[in-house]
Amino acid sequence: MATMIQAIRMALAYGEQHLGVTDVYGEDVGPPLGGVFTGSMGLKTAWNSPLDERGIIGFAIGLAMGGQKPVAEIQFVDYIYNTIDLLKIAGNTTWATAGDWCVPMVVMTPVGSGIRGSIYHSHSFDAMMTHIPGWKIVMPSTPLDAYGLMLAAIKDPNPVMFMKPKALLRVRPPAEDQLIPGEPADEKVLKDMIDAPLGDRSAWKPRWPKLEDYTVEIGKGRIRRAGSQLTIVSYGRTLPLCLQAANQLADEGIDAEVIDLRSLWPYDWDMISESVRKTHKVLFVNEDTEVTNFGEHLLRRAVEEFFYELEAAPKLLAGAHLPGIGLADALEMASVPQLASITAAIRELAAEVP
Amino acid sequence: MSKPHLVDSKSSFTLAPELLVKIHDLMVRTRSLEERLIKMYKQNDGFFWIGGPGEEAFNIPLGLLLNKGQGPKFDYFHGHYRSMGVLLSLGAEPIDALRQMKNTATDPFSAGRNFCGHASIKKWNVAPISSPIEVQYSIAPGTALGNKRAGDGITVVTGGDAGTAEGDFASCLIWSSRPGNELPILIVVTNNKWGISTSADTQHGDRVIADRGKAFGMKTMVINGNDPQESYLKLKEAMDYIRKERKPILMEARVSRLYGHSSASGANFVTNEEDPLKTFEEKLSAAGILSKEQMKKIWDQYNESLLLASQKVRDEPQPSPDSIWDHVYCGQKGKPGRYV
Repeated sequence: MATMIQAIRMALAYGEQHLGVTDVYGEDVGPPLGGVFTGSMGLKTAWNSPLDERGIIGFAIGLAMGGQKPVAEIQFVDYIYNTIDLLKIAGNTTWATAGDWCVPMVVMTPVGSGIRGSIYHSHSFDAMMTHIPGWKIVMPSTPLDAYGLMLAAIKDPNPVMFMKPKALLRVRPPAEDQLIPGEPADEKVLKDMIDAPLGDRSAWKPRWPKLEDYTVEIGKGRIRRAGSQLTIVSYGRTLPLCLQAANQLADEGIDAEVIDLRSLWPYDWDMISESVRKTHKVLFVNEDTEVTNFGEHLLRRAVEEFFYELEAAPKLLAGAHLPGIGLADALEMASVPQLASITAAIRELAAEVP
Repeated sequence: MSKPHLVDSKSSFTLAPELLVKIHDLMVRTRSLEERLIKMYKQNDGFFWIGGPGEEAFNIPLGLLLNKGQGPKFDYFHGHYRSMGVLLSLGAEPIDALRQMKNTATDPFSAGRNFCGHASIKKWNVAPISSPIEVQYSIAPGTALGNKRAGDGITVVTGGDAGTAEGDFASCLIWSSRPGNELPILIVVTNNKWGISTSADTQHGDRVIADRGKAFGMKTMVINGNDPQESYLKLKEAMDYIRKERKPILMEARVSRLYGHSSASGANFVTNEEDPLKTFEEKLSAAGILSKEQMKKIWDQYNESLLLASQKVRDEPQPSPDSIWDHVYCGQKGKPGRYV
């Protein structure tokens, strides 16, 4: 059973072998390191780039225009901010040229908190990215979804932002997930095949499993827990916490439905609608700062479309509107949603009566 | 096109007369087009003008030397909003530039969405021209890697001198010259010594921009971009080198800016800069390659045909409001839903 980072690496290997990926590159992406989270270890097209985020994004646009298929990495999303006008160009090129050019490129980048990453290794990017039309934007919360979304991103003829929730990169898959098609069931066997040894790895080569195609359609969510009394919509790091809270609260008689959005753009409004029409209560959870948060868009839409069907005010639980996330354990825990605050928010919503 | 006379033995020209006549014809065509665009703006037939009158002597030879086609086997051109001469010498129709000025639905570059001079011609590897200064410099190395893998195609990127202050210019120098991974790219700076209203002398300590390439072990060239023959010969030398050696060159071409920055600064002819077309015509006349009467006839033909074209464009349809939803994504037309 692969971790998410192993799943991403296997998806990129599948992309190289079967989907025409020509370049997986970024800072420390190539050998010897293979990515600071090991996401590109052993890939035959992986290479190290200059320490230049604008160069990385610009180069990806050029590669896409030049008949190549790039997957570019920004090492931490905290360092993507100086590329925003290039992200805009990647997103507006097809529109600005009335369809003359398409820009088939993937950018992957670790996002969010959870590793005590301090002020510049804890940013979220949901709100910023969803302000840049022309992109598709995905964020998995399980290894299998990560594999399927990466293959979808590679196949897509548009720019796709693949956000990697860094707190979940080494977490094992949930019990209900099947194996990635082709991976060995034994995690030790998989590790021996695809993880580089410590120390000198100059002679090491991965032995990729005989991987198969598995695509998660961009724009489709996934119900991770069916429930009848309220709907929780989340993605990324906070999703497993929502699931855990919902399972615990079931003992108190609170039956929550948990939707993993998986794609931020386009997003599965049909799934949210169907759920909210059933439960009449909705809580949106993410860890980006709360002002002009992507969840606010979802919440506004819920108000506009379900106002007369709701039995409680729809809620957003998000990160505090702060300039950064502090290093100390207590600071990080107080800055972004945790199990306790999510549990409290669900309990409060469940208790609300019209 | 007029038939040239024999070259005067005292002429300084070394290019074939047929080529000189062709370059002249395209220079007039480009200038006449730019002046028609300015007139359209001043007659309220467009919201904004920006272009490159004064850069024809460099841009025409560049366009003629590109190996035109689609995909990485052919040359890529990443221009900027003063690149009209390159587009016309590649074979673009002047009326299409008028359509973009008038933002008609028939504008083939952007369907009424973008400013004039912001072309996109994928079938000839002309990358979309966008307004942010210098972003093309960080994009162009990507197509150059495509070229390197596919054959002997090269990438050419151009921009102005003021924009070399942006980080993208440094990115271009760095990504084009990674040791062992040098790219087949001609990095051009057309230096007109201005950034809108700001003189380069007040902002740039680097007196010779091309010298920045030396720090990267890159071959560099400084040329008189107001001389079409020098431009042609030096561009050919540079492009032949890149095609063969698969390594970058940084070229600085000194050019004029004859109508200011854009319509935002009035778009009026300036008299204190060299007009390269006037200089070229004097030389052509002195060499007996084209007479003044022949050249006047060329001017009259283009001025007349572009006037008629501008009148035709005036009657063409504007884009429909519904068209705003087209092409948000590759191959997508129409509005599938409010948010998608």
